[in-house]
Amino acid sequence: MSTPFYVSPQQAMADRAEYARKGIARGRSVVVLQYTDGIVFVAENPSRALHKVSEIYDRIAFAAVGKYNEFENLRIGGVRYADLRGYTYDREDVTARGLANVYAQTLGTIFSSVGEKPYEVELIVAEVGAAPEDDQIYRLPHDGSIVDEHGAVAVGGNSDQIGSYLDQRHRDGMTLAEALALAVESLGRDNNGSDRQLTAEQLEVAVLDRTRPQQRKFKRILGRQLSRLLETESAATTETDDPSDED
Amino acid sequence: MAAGTYGTGRLPAAFLTPGSSSFLDFLGDHSPELLPGNRALPEIKGAVELPHGTTIVAAVFGGGVILAGDRRATMGNVIAQRDIEKVFPADEFSAVGIAGTAGLAVEMVKLFQLELEHYEKIEGATLSLEGKANRLSTMIRGNLGMALQGLAVVPLFAGYDTERDKGRIFSYDVTGGRSEETGFAATGSGSVYARSSLKKLYRHDLTEQQIVTAVLQALYDAADDDSATGGPDVSRRIYPIISVITEEGFRRLADAEVSEIARSVLDGRLEHPDGPQAQVL
Repeated sequence: MSTPFYVSPQQAMADRAEYARKGIARGRSVVVLQYTDGIVFVAENPSRALHKVSEIYDRIAFAAVGKYNEFENLRIGGVRYADLRGYTYDREDVTARGLANVYAQTLGTIFSSVGEKPYEVELIVAEVGAAPEDDQIYRLPHDGSIVDEHGAVAVGGNSDQIGSYLDQRHRDGMTLAEALALAVESLGRDNNGSDRQLTAEQLEVAVLDRTRPQQRKFKRILGRQLSRLLETESAATTETDDPSDED
Repeated sequence: MAAGTYGTGRLPAAFLTPGSSSFLDFLGDHSPELLPGNRALPEIKGAVELPHGTTIVAAVFGGGVILAGDRRATMGNVIAQRDIEKVFPADEFSAVGIAGTAGLAVEMVKLFQLELEHYEKIEGATLSLEGKANRLSTMIRGNLGMALQGLAVVPLFAGYDTERDKGRIFSYDVTGGRSEETGFAATGSGSVYARSSLKKLYRHDLTEQQIVTAVLQALYDAADDDSATGGPDVSRRIYPIISVITEEGFRRLADAEVSEIARSVLDGRLEHPDGPQAQVL
């Protein structure tokens, strides 16, 4: 009888992390940015039916990259968690922090239990507040850690490069069109530096808009509205392009 | 427990199991004790006096549908509440008005709103108007045990059918039996008077403003003859709730708008206490 190989815990965890990271890196990225009136989610996603960005609750939305069936499962779990919590207590008692905690516990348990395959997903849970200072954005990597993010954040295949690109250019008080322009620009950047121009058909865009009169602040930006926003921003950027190139 | 996170804090398996898009089904599987129909009812001897909501009226017009309700809740011969709200948006294109045991009815509406919202979020699409009406049927049926003990909830459901481009009304009985109404409908203790009144005033070609006036006349007539229905309360500025559902979605008329029409109805009644008169032939 052969004795099983000894694998050190460090090695086992490193292997699992490597496995999850590779799975995530295969997909396109999602970026999330704060703007004056809320939070905008932009994903490169040609599908109209399989969403990477979705509504969870009144002020909370969810974005994910990685394996579709796994994050879809987590999304449905999150909607059930939020709706049940809102029903038992009150709608105000459903918070992004609570949801992010539950997701972190779930991902963490799955990641470290040897019997289960680690999830190849990275999530963002965001909640829009009454003012930009009250906005909350949490990034949840595959291993169950939580990162509290501000301003702009990217997850997915090319997230390091996109993230640093966003960090340099994102500022407080951007309009929706400006934030969207920056997001599209960052998503279009390739590893080798060549830029692609993403069109409205390739994008999935949604916002948590704090100025929306309805209780549910989540709204998808689709079709004509999206094209119009992309146009206004490209018109604006051509005007401001030169000064920004100088610095 | 209520949040459903056990010892480890991770989502329990039930949350991550693919299944129905219905929140009611999920509750039934995961926390059946939270479903109103699953509560054991103590044996009741004699009549129990609980707040009851009264008259709800709905009417279809060219642009959509109106759902309106008076503001009174009664407990036997006591007025339990003067400003209760009995008309609620169910989602963007539908509304539900409730008559019957107020506490249970409000809970049912809360669950119904959540059911529609939950489906919408999980599926990424809204239910058809018929689908929504059927879900409400199921919920009323779940309450049958209590209804037979005297705690009935009888709603009226109205919505704008975006597929057929028209307003539609569904009425219910305590067993969840559902029937679509043409033109107008009413439920609750004052419904007999309200319906008779609307019968004489209703025409399918009325404008939104006219149909709101007709509905207010009907509620006035209901309050006139049914002590459990409240009329417009000018001194306290409590007016019926009137909601309009069109292709633009649900809209509740502001108190200022309703008060203006209610005052003109009241002024008319000073001349003719029985309201506008229809032709004999």
